[in-house]
Amino acid sequence: MEDIYRELIIEHSKMPHNFGSLESPTISHEEHNPLCGDRVRFDLLIEDGIIRDVRFQGKGCAISQASASMLTDEIKGKSVEDAKLFSKEDLLDMIGIPLAKNPVRLKCALLSLKTLKASLYGIGALRADELD
Amino acid sequence: MAVVTPLDAANLRREFPILGREIHAKPLAFLDSAASSQKPARVIAKLEDYYRRYNANVHRGVYTLSEEATLAYEEARETVAAFIGAKYAKEVIFTRNTTEAINLVAYAWGSANIKAGDRILLTMMEHHSNIVPWQLLAQRTGAVLDYLPIDSEGRLQIEQLDRLLSEQTKLVAIAHQSNVLGTLNPVVEIAQRAHAVGAKILLDGAQSVPHMPVNVQQLGIDFLAFSGHKMCGPTGIGVLWGRRELLEAMPPFLGGGSMIEVVELETSSYADIPARFEAGTPAIGEAIGLAEAVRFLSEIGMQAIHEHEQQLTGYLLERLSEIDGLTIYGPRDLKQRGGAVAFTLDGVHPHDVAAILDGEGVAVRAGHHCAQPLHRLLDIPASVRASVYLYNTPADIDQLVLGLERAKRLFL
Repeated sequence: MEDIYRELIIEHSKMPHNFGSLESPTISHEEHNPLCGDRVRFDLLIEDGIIRDVRFQGKGCAISQASASMLTDEIKGKSVEDAKLFSKEDLLDMIGIPLAKNPVRLKCALLSLKTLKASLYGIGALRADELD
Repeated sequence: MAVVTPLDAANLRREFPILGREIHAKPLAFLDSAASSQKPARVIAKLEDYYRRYNANVHRGVYTLSEEATLAYEEARETVAAFIGAKYAKEVIFTRNTTEAINLVAYAWGSANIKAGDRILLTMMEHHSNIVPWQLLAQRTGAVLDYLPIDSEGRLQIEQLDRLLSEQTKLVAIAHQSNVLGTLNPVVEIAQRAHAVGAKILLDGAQSVPHMPVNVQQLGIDFLAFSGHKMCGPTGIGVLWGRRELLEAMPPFLGGGSMIEVVELETSSYADIPARFEAGTPAIGEAIGLAEAVRFLSEIGMQAIHEHEQQLTGYLLERLSEIDGLTIYGPRDLKQRGGAVAFTLDGVHPHDVAAILDGEGVAVRAGHHCAQPLHRLLDIPASVRASVYLYNTPADIDQLVLGLERAKRLFL
């Protein structure tokens, strides 16, 4: 159990990167996990198909917030098309914690990816299970 | 550890096979009975005995197995009726759980008794199962929902009843004990006030019937709903108790087999209570298992169980109060509360608290506990809830506190 609370997760959850909002985002989208109330909002500034800037706001457990924080680092400067290809496996590699046998916490980790994908595809309600 | 209770919980634990388990190489400290309790071996054996020896559908066959099953199922009804002080066994309707019991009243009683402009009074501390069925009824009929507010310690503001109860109020539906705050509500007084304006009162007993003596006559209520799985019984079995004259005047809830008298092609006439409200094959083994749980609890004594939990809750509140940065929600006075204690820990999200506690072998619930309006009012997205039952000991609470200290260290 302790291994899901790696130092990296704790650090990101205590001091998240790119936390906040953008003044005039190209896309601003929020998703939540109705089971536990975790929330993540992404503000994206997109120019010429490139994600120039990103901010996130959220409330939730360490895993959901740390995952969002790391994801913002990952996609900043990437093209929209590359960001769309960022997969569930990529995200799990990125956060580096074993959640394969923990479907409840997996949802926490994937909330940020769900928010990003829904933002980029312009779908308000991409369901979390579609990512599973 | 100097807590003396009227129960020998250390000994009672042995009757619950699951409590012998280790979780992450630590003894299991199960502190989530408010969500679902564990089952003693004799309840598990009773279920198995039914399936091994006399499994058959009830109220149908004329053969021995069916007669035995019917007899055991109807005896279960009598056992449950006596447990809650019902006048007649047929006032006990078996449902799946508390939620289904409340929905039954909302549909069957509601459709016959609620019209546009009528008011239904709930409280700010209700579980979703005692909110949403009434919202659906209000949407169907044009009735209006009112909510009795709570004070800063999570107690109902009874003085607001004057403002909220009127001739238009047709029903008051409240929890006996809050599943989040632990607050025990003054049911007798609220029932009298409801009846004074001609309203009926439904009590959500999911968190009280398993933990204290509950007598429907003494409380002066009209409907009581509770679940078997929170009181050492199986899942899939719950109870609606209603006053006979109210149940007899109610149209059916679900249509199907068993609930009819004569079926024509266009219409049917319906069976008497309780069969009218038990369409289809019921949860036979589960009802028999619930009756065994009731006998188990009764032999120990509901008053003794209540006193045991009061002592443990006192110890739990005391130990939690010693932790810096921990906020407890709900009343401090033990006379006003039961053994479900919600809290938050500064800087650590409830889900992380619960996950770290699991690593220490401690099972608690984290989330909104199906009470989103209450959490919105408390202005927290979620909370951690520890809840005690007859098999818990001060050692479980010590293990919880150790785990909480560990969570703090990890996030500091």
